[in-house]
Amino acid sequence: MTSIGTGYDLTNSVFSPDGRNFQVEYAVKAVENGGTSIGIRCKDGVVLAVEKVITSKLLKPGANKRIATIDRHMGVVSSGLVPDGRHFVSRARDEAASWRQVYKTPITTKDLASRMGGYLQAYTLYSSVRPFGITAIVAGWDSEVELPVDGEVGSGPSIGSGGKVEGKKFGGPALYMIEPSGLYWGYYGAATGKGRQSAKAELEKLDLASGNLSLQDGVKEAAKIIYIAHADNKDKEFELEMTWISNLDGPTKGRHEEVPKDILEEAERLAKKELEGDEDEEETKEEDKPADGDKMEE
Amino acid sequence: MNHLPQAWGRPRDDYYGAYDASYFQSNGPNQHTQQPIVTGTSVVALKFKDGVVIAADNLASYGSLARFTDVKRLRTFADTSVVGFGGDVSDMQYLDRLLNSLDTEEAYTSSGHTLNARNLHIYLSKVLYKRRSDFNPLWNQVLVAGLDEEKKPFLASADLLGTTFSAPSLATGFGAHLAQPLLRKVAPDEEAAATLSKEQALEAVKESMKVLFYRDARSMDKYSIAVVTKEGIDLKENEKLENQSWAFADQIRGYGTQVN
Repeated sequence: MTSIGTGYDLTNSVFSPDGRNFQVEYAVKAVENGGTSIGIRCKDGVVLAVEKVITSKLLKPGANKRIATIDRHMGVVSSGLVPDGRHFVSRARDEAASWRQVYKTPITTKDLASRMGGYLQAYTLYSSVRPFGITAIVAGWDSEVELPVDGEVGSGPSIGSGGKVEGKKFGGPALYMIEPSGLYWGYYGAATGKGRQSAKAELEKLDLASGNLSLQDGVKEAAKIIYIAHADNKDKEFELEMTWISNLDGPTKGRHEEVPKDILEEAERLAKKELEGDEDEEETKEEDKPADGDKMEE
Repeated sequence: MNHLPQAWGRPRDDYYGAYDASYFQSNGPNQHTQQPIVTGTSVVALKFKDGVVIAADNLASYGSLARFTDVKRLRTFADTSVVGFGGDVSDMQYLDRLLNSLDTEEAYTSSGHTLNARNLHIYLSKVLYKRRSDFNPLWNQVLVAGLDEEKKPFLASADLLGTTFSAPSLATGFGAHLAQPLLRKVAPDEEAAATLSKEQALEAVKESMKVLFYRDARSMDKYSIAVVTKEGIDLKENEKLENQSWAFADQIRGYGTQVN
């Protein structure tokens, strides 16, 4: 690496002469080694999924969750250093709770992404800290209906709380990805971690921008993408963890919840089936070269 | 006139005299709540074989003034319980927000377990007891209606002193005097409550609300009523008292127009 030996990478918050902050770039490397995380913004909800790499056979299956709830309507998943992800979650929960304390209403996903983006960016500025070794994907459903103010007792003005632009649509699904530098963008589909390249390629095939994908299909696609992305990490076992947030009429009623076991298992079954189908095709191709075929089976 | 920022918004010294800084002292005795200000009156509730019926009117009084007439005093929690609040309305709002944050924190763990009515009642009673022990009480009496851990009907009360009580029928405030005897007639004990149908329980509670409106000067004829069963919560927040009969009013002697 060009940075080595130059001295510009030895402390945080220092620019190299060509305008790079190496400590932040190293943090990105930490992310690139973590299990793949993805998020899909569907028309009636958002899905989060993670390839949870099994580091020991002594870990209880299904325990040690990697996707966390920030507020009732919001979840986060991250790739990279797990403890950094935990701290991110803790801070995000504090931000969401303090927002409620001040405004008596749930924080929007956009505002949470902004707060957390600012928080991560601050960790690139001082020599006494290091940047976060995670890229986090934040998903939320911001209520599409007028919410009562927390603790409200009366019905309030009959025209509602006001302050809204006429004819504009408020609320809906939201998906943001926040990087170690503090950079955050809103996405239709987001992927990070080891298998992000193939995951992104799969996400691009879905034409998410047209807003036609339903949440139920999104869950199946998410499972498939994690299974495809796992090909980059094939020597390790993994568990698929998935959560979702639907609209108020949907299965979670605007809350962030785990995808129910039966739906998760069905999505996994379809993902495996599809993947096996692909492998069969490949194997028939490989049959011409029997020497390579043996390698594939290992 | 002084233009410095520290003088902004202050009465002019040359006109009103110098500000008496002794009003500004932060040390010295500190006075906590001595009385409720905006209040809700009775909450009544009755268990039946599949659940609990709970009701409270929609009035918040400012002393004897009927100040707010659309105040919802029944609050649902986690789709499993209803809390009915009597007493101070601002303290009710505080408790409502507290329960809201409790619900959010419960969602952090993905165990799928939600707090039942008994958990909620214990939590509220401990909050109320802590506050009275700090000599800073939350001026409420609450009824918690819902289902317990075995999905059996649960009903209990907690008050501003942290006192807890449980019975097949409960009523707070004026209702403790006027509605409670009527409800006890319908359900004298747990066994009797376990034979009541939903319709019988609804009728008894509605009758109690009517009697309370007749005799409680801090009550109103618009009320909220909720039925909690295994199927969920059926909450109606804009009910009107029906079949009122004021014929008895003629017979009242001793105050008003008929002094003797």
